[in-house]
Amino acid sequence: MEAVQIRRKKDGRINIKVGNKVDQVVTWTLIILSILTIVAFAFFNYAGLEIKSAMTETAYNLKVMFLQPAISHFSMEEAIYQMVITLGLAFLATVIGAVIAFFLSLMAAANLSNKWTVRIVRVFVAIIRAVPTVLWVLIFAIAAGLGSEAAILGMLFHSVAYLVKAFSEAFEEVDKGIIEALQATGANWWHIVTRGVMPSTFTYLLSWVFLRFEINFGVAVAMGAAAGAGGIGFELFMASGFYFDLKEVGFITYGILIIAIVLEVISTRLKKRYFPANSN
Amino acid sequence: MNEKAMRKNRWQSVIFLLIIIVLTYWSSFITQFNFWDGLVTIPEATGWMLSNLSITQDSLERLPKIMETLVETIFMSIAATTLAAAVSLFLGLFGSNTTKVNSFLSVFARFVASVSRNIPVVAWSLILLISFGQNSVTGFLALFVGTVGFLTRAFMESMDEVGQSSVEALTATGATYFQIVSKAVIPQCLPQMLSWILFMIETNIRSATLVGILTGTGIGYTFDMYYKTLNYNAVGLVTLCIVIAVILVDLISNYIRKVIL
Repeated sequence: MEAVQIRRKKDGRINIKVGNKVDQVVTWTLIILSILTIVAFAFFNYAGLEIKSAMTETAYNLKVMFLQPAISHFSMEEAIYQMVITLGLAFLATVIGAVIAFFLSLMAAANLSNKWTVRIVRVFVAIIRAVPTVLWVLIFAIAAGLGSEAAILGMLFHSVAYLVKAFSEAFEEVDKGIIEALQATGANWWHIVTRGVMPSTFTYLLSWVFLRFEINFGVAVAMGAAAGAGGIGFELFMASGFYFDLKEVGFITYGILIIAIVLEVISTRLKKRYFPANSN
Repeated sequence: MNEKAMRKNRWQSVIFLLIIIVLTYWSSFITQFNFWDGLVTIPEATGWMLSNLSITQDSLERLPKIMETLVETIFMSIAATTLAAAVSLFLGLFGSNTTKVNSFLSVFARFVASVSRNIPVVAWSLILLISFGQNSVTGFLALFVGTVGFLTRAFMESMDEVGQSSVEALTATGATYFQIVSKAVIPQCLPQMLSWILFMIETNIRSATLVGILTGTGIGYTFDMYYKTLNYNAVGLVTLCIVIAVILVDLISNYIRKVIL
């Protein structure tokens, strides 16, 4: 047996760190990120900021919000109604998005489609994903007029892009043997999709859709606030930006928090049940 | 699978589908969403975008100013993510089952993460705006809080995956808590954690636009200003700049992810 070469440092100690590419990239990424963070603080615009009073004021505001929530500009029923509208916006965007994404992802999966279609769909989806949702909503708001149409279409674009990526990756993981076996029986493309691909990925797809619903709820709140799409987000914007009613802001925040936590618990359960192995 | 089970399965899917259809119908009723109207607006909107969002000479003159705010926004998201990662590292250590110090701190870390994650970034920016005013720090803090919540959960999951065995091995050698964490847990999940950080930077650049519109900072404010003054050519240019920035960041982080994972 030949002797193992032990790498030593200049002072004779054994070198225990192997300088591979992974370590280098990790270290450099961390260093660059830290430098950029320090530089960032020099770039900030500090107009009208008094950090001390702002801190104490925020602490006081948070205390009022969370310890004395109350509603004054609308009734309890209306609050629930607005909450349901937000959920409805999120639901519609998710369901319609899932249907569109299903067909697009069939075109974007490498094992079900040809090379060029895959590339075109993927580039298209990447560009849509890069535009923030709020910009889509605001752009649609000019063309479609303010209202639920603009909000849902804007959210739809992003949901489709997100789900196409998730769905097509799920389709690509389908066992090659299943597709080959069906091809050997003379099944056409549509048969392969409905009998081979769908049954083995259905639950997987469903949990992605639910995950997106959870995200879309947050987005729907945001769209209400930033693009006037209605729902609880708009009430939140009014309470904080127009009435300066901290108690009401606290009440609405509690409402959003409760729904978000319920959705999160459900999606964690689904995730544990349907894909325990890879949980990202 | 016998026939009975198959039939039962089919019934289940039919009922499931019916529930979805009823819910869809009902939500389009309460949100007053008309599916056909929506469908018709897509070509209309596309046509409008093509004719109005084109970049002209006039809007190109505004490019330096747009770039300045874009850079501010990117820096804001990177700073928020990196600092949030530092905080989440500790919260993650306290919260993870592998490395928790005691159960009180674990519950506390999970609670903090859950609350800051589940209150949407919009709510945080509106709350902070009241006393911090219109400047970058408001946007930074809003992104920071949301990111802490998300990263703590992600870090906790990565640390849980490390498993008990390496921790146990080091405990057996008499290593202290600090040594265990720095020599066993962190080296093992660092690539995973870095991948989450990169993902969050990308997400935060997009959310920074939204936060910017609400708090009047960065590229979001620039967009809002041009949008409200009906200068649609400039709106198109701002959108294009954001798209290019996000895609660039996406490419860089994909490259890093490919190397480290």
